[in-house]
Amino acid sequence: MLKDITLGQFFPGDSIVHKLDPRMKIILMMIYVAAVFFADTWLTFSLLIICTLALIIVSKLSVGTILKGMKPIVFIAAFTAVINIFWSTGETPLVSFWGITIYPEGLRMAVFTIIRIVSLVTGTSVLLTYTTSPMALTDGIERLFSPLKKIHVPVHEFAMMMTIALRFIPTLVEETEKITNAQKARGADFESGNLLARAKAMIPVLIPLFVSAFRRADELAVAMECRLYHGGEGRTRMKVLKLSVSDIVFLIISIAFFALMVVL
Amino acid sequence: MPKEIIISAENISFEYPTDDMSVNHAAVSNVSIAIEKGSFVAILGHNGSGKSTLAKLFNGILVPTEGKIFVKGMDTSDDDLLFELRKTVGMVFQNPDNQLVATIVEEDVAFAPENLGVQPAEIRKRVDKALETVGMKEYASHAPHKLSGGQKQRVAIAGILAMEPECIVLDESTAMLDPAGRAEIMKTIKRLNENGMTVILITHYMDEAAEADRIIVMNDGKVEADGAPRKIFSEPGKLSAIGLDVPQITELTELLSSSDIIKNKFSFPKGITDEDEAADYIERLFDSFGAAVRPQ
Repeated sequence: MLKDITLGQFFPGDSIVHKLDPRMKIILMMIYVAAVFFADTWLTFSLLIICTLALIIVSKLSVGTILKGMKPIVFIAAFTAVINIFWSTGETPLVSFWGITIYPEGLRMAVFTIIRIVSLVTGTSVLLTYTTSPMALTDGIERLFSPLKKIHVPVHEFAMMMTIALRFIPTLVEETEKITNAQKARGADFESGNLLARAKAMIPVLIPLFVSAFRRADELAVAMECRLYHGGEGRTRMKVLKLSVSDIVFLIISIAFFALMVVL
Repeated sequence: MPKEIIISAENISFEYPTDDMSVNHAAVSNVSIAIEKGSFVAILGHNGSGKSTLAKLFNGILVPTEGKIFVKGMDTSDDDLLFELRKTVGMVFQNPDNQLVATIVEEDVAFAPENLGVQPAEIRKRVDKALETVGMKEYASHAPHKLSGGQKQRVAIAGILAMEPECIVLDESTAMLDPAGRAEIMKTIKRLNENGMTVILITHYMDEAAEADRIIVMNDGKVEADGAPRKIFSEPGKLSAIGLDVPQITELTELLSSSDIIKNKFSFPKGITDEDEAADYIERLFDSFGAAVRPQ
């Protein structure tokens, strides 16, 4: 169950999307997100879907991977869709029962919301987290925002914290599973009872998990110091970032895409 | 000509503060040792003997509460030298998961040279060389969490090698590994030592310690014995008194030597740790009893 979380996970590959400059990908992502919120007609939403699908195809990621990444947002998407169905008002009601009236506008809004949420999550994951190694991503963020260092924004520190957080997701997931199994072996019951009871049952999992996470953090800090980590100053990178032709092509395409979304 | 000394500890003690502020727990007390450059030293001891504390004193993670440690003449308590010191003495820890920073093997190996401010092309060279040395070249673009324990630990070693240290300290780096993983690590560090690297191996496995040139036995924060494996393992009684065993092969030859039938006719040299050597002597033992008992 826990192993299926792919959100925020990198899948190595050699597609054109993988090879894009991380800085460019961050900019592209911003354009994409802005474009998603400009979509408000059937036409623009179709364009959005086409673009997102094209991105997935170009990235050479498997359909299974994409679907797995969507799992965690199914509930949120469904919830917002339902709210939209019941709370939107229009001129001519579609159906009316038990004092609830559903308008076609509501249905339309619901569909739009689902597309919006799904493409937002899928598009950004494909563009960034799935195809960019967290190290490259951090590097991109650090370099893109490095001018902010001048006004004392700890850009490097944020980037480092993010890398480490991403690095430890699989480790902590594995650990959670181990602890859950250990507690199950001692008779802990995670499956029955109401929501509150089940949440309470998680406490014996969370406490050891936190204790171990702190211990890991301590050990990691020492290990990093032993490898001469002393903050961002004077640090070089093995991989030098250089804009390539495909970066520029992607930028032009996405600007065109954005312009279309705004105009249409 | 005496060999060059890389690490020298002079009457060092280290005390951990306890909950009761008035009493401190001494983890290392009054220890003096000198580690020769290019040697392979095993520090042996059971849990709580102070061996890991001693390791942490070698590169300034901990600073002795009394006495001084010098690494190539650098005082480990001098904060200004800390960077140079850690560059000279690399440290590999017990849990491989907790020392890998990056999510891609080669990017993790690049972490130390990046911190050093080495130029990108040179980092690339160092990373390739380090991965080659530990035999993990084909895993360069893998995610560390998908590797086995032994492989992860080899990546951790490569991460230290890329820093180009002169001495590498392995603080129970094999303790969490399965036998295959332990064998991989032992093979790797022996090769490093053959290439001139000073290796300090902290362990509680006898057969690992037996591979070293020199064993320092720690007990209760003090050096209990110090010498070549042969010398250390020739006194099994002394080791068992502090809760340590000798390697199985040493125990076997010891038991054979003292058995009633063999006692007066044949004697094994003391402290055999090498299996081939033991086999050789056992063959001679059969010979001395004549062909009648020799297995066909």
